[in-house]
Amino acid sequence: MEMLESMLLAHPFLAGMDPGFGHLLFGCARNLRFAPGTFLFREGESADEFYLLREGRVALQLHIPGRSPLVIATLGDGDLVGASWLVAPYRWSYDALATAPTRAFGLNAACLREKSEVDHHLGYEMMRRLVPVMVKRMQAARHQLIDVYGRPPT
Amino acid sequence: MIPALPPDTMMPEPWRVRSVVRESADVYTLGLESLSSPVPPFLPGQFNMLYAFGVGEVPISLSGDAADVSGFVHTIRAVGAVSTALSQAQPDSVLGLRGPFGCGWPLTEASGHDILIVAGGLGLAPLRPVIYHLLAHSEHFGRITILHGSRSPAEILFRSELAMWQTRPDVSVAITVDHADPTWHGHVGVVPALVERAVFDPPGTIAFVCGPEVMMRFSAAALLAAGVGANRIHVSMERNMKCAIGLCGHCQFGADFVCRDGPVLPYDRIAKRLAVPEL
Repeated sequence: MEMLESMLLAHPFLAGMDPGFGHLLFGCARNLRFAPGTFLFREGESADEFYLLREGRVALQLHIPGRSPLVIATLGDGDLVGASWLVAPYRWSYDALATAPTRAFGLNAACLREKSEVDHHLGYEMMRRLVPVMVKRMQAARHQLIDVYGRPPT
Repeated sequence: MIPALPPDTMMPEPWRVRSVVRESADVYTLGLESLSSPVPPFLPGQFNMLYAFGVGEVPISLSGDAADVSGFVHTIRAVGAVSTALSQAQPDSVLGLRGPFGCGWPLTEASGHDILIVAGGLGLAPLRPVIYHLLAHSEHFGRITILHGSRSPAEILFRSELAMWQTRPDVSVAITVDHADPTWHGHVGVVPALVERAVFDPPGTIAFVCGPEVMMRFSAAALLAAGVGANRIHVSMERNMKCAIGLCGHCQFGADFVCRDGPVLPYDRIAKRLAVPEL
């Protein structure tokens, strides 16, 4: 167990975290494996867990009626998967599909939200790490939106 | 006093199309050979003015190997009247050509460093001569990393060459696309995100960046955040070039004429100008 806890704390998303907070997080964590082709979660499901990828590859995709699913981003080693657990009503807004053998830590969202309510320092520490990831992804989504390699308007 | 120019700088010369390769739906690579004079040498990063007779003239970067003195290679995307006419050129047809013009990538300065190439879309074309040079003289350079972003898997440029370069032990290649269907098993996301994932030594790295200006701005920001100095980032600018010799002013970009002082410019010199929409 101690080894798993130190492995959790060694995840890039948690780099440099106070071991006390790490211990609290470990109480909400479990070790997971996903075979290629299995979903970490599906759109509309309850966002009751988020993931810190140790290795592998996960495709975030939207399904569009009558068309192939659209992959909007891929995530890999060291990445965090999922933010909908932060915001009510805690439902996933896309699918997350493992496209390679994937190992991850799953963190129980309700457990973490509860601990953050009790210890706001933990909540701040998590938000301090989450916000840059979210901002970068929002900026990347904007870049994708402007279709930078598309044909210039005539 | 303005120095005298060679008398024929503004006069297109006839070049024969010897090969046409369709790279994607609207991108073509033309191989050209001179019908009048010896093939002039060129520096990776330079461009020629290509003239579709009766239609017009546009600047197009050289995309072939500078060591190949038998002709020129240009990769063209059909986006306007002239580039569409050029991309529809048939083998044995004749085009007008002036050049080469402009400044190339600073390969001498890059000697002894790791090289990070960041290419977006057709931006890989002006960087391909650099890659040929780096691979042919790899003993003078450190590790070579090539990051290429594309709109979709179908629009990845020079796909077979990217695969070949990836097999070399001294080269890392990472490709990303903005959107894909599930048959694509590679990376999906924007090029700056690849910069964050790439393994390189920022203080010892020189970066060459080419692609749409928005992509270059954000790639440069990612490189700076990774620790690459602004003076070690070089970008290839695109503006409305007409004379190609710094006289007409159409391509003026602040204190520089892109045709004469660029198209390759050090990022630290132009970073502030890139943020000015009027330029």
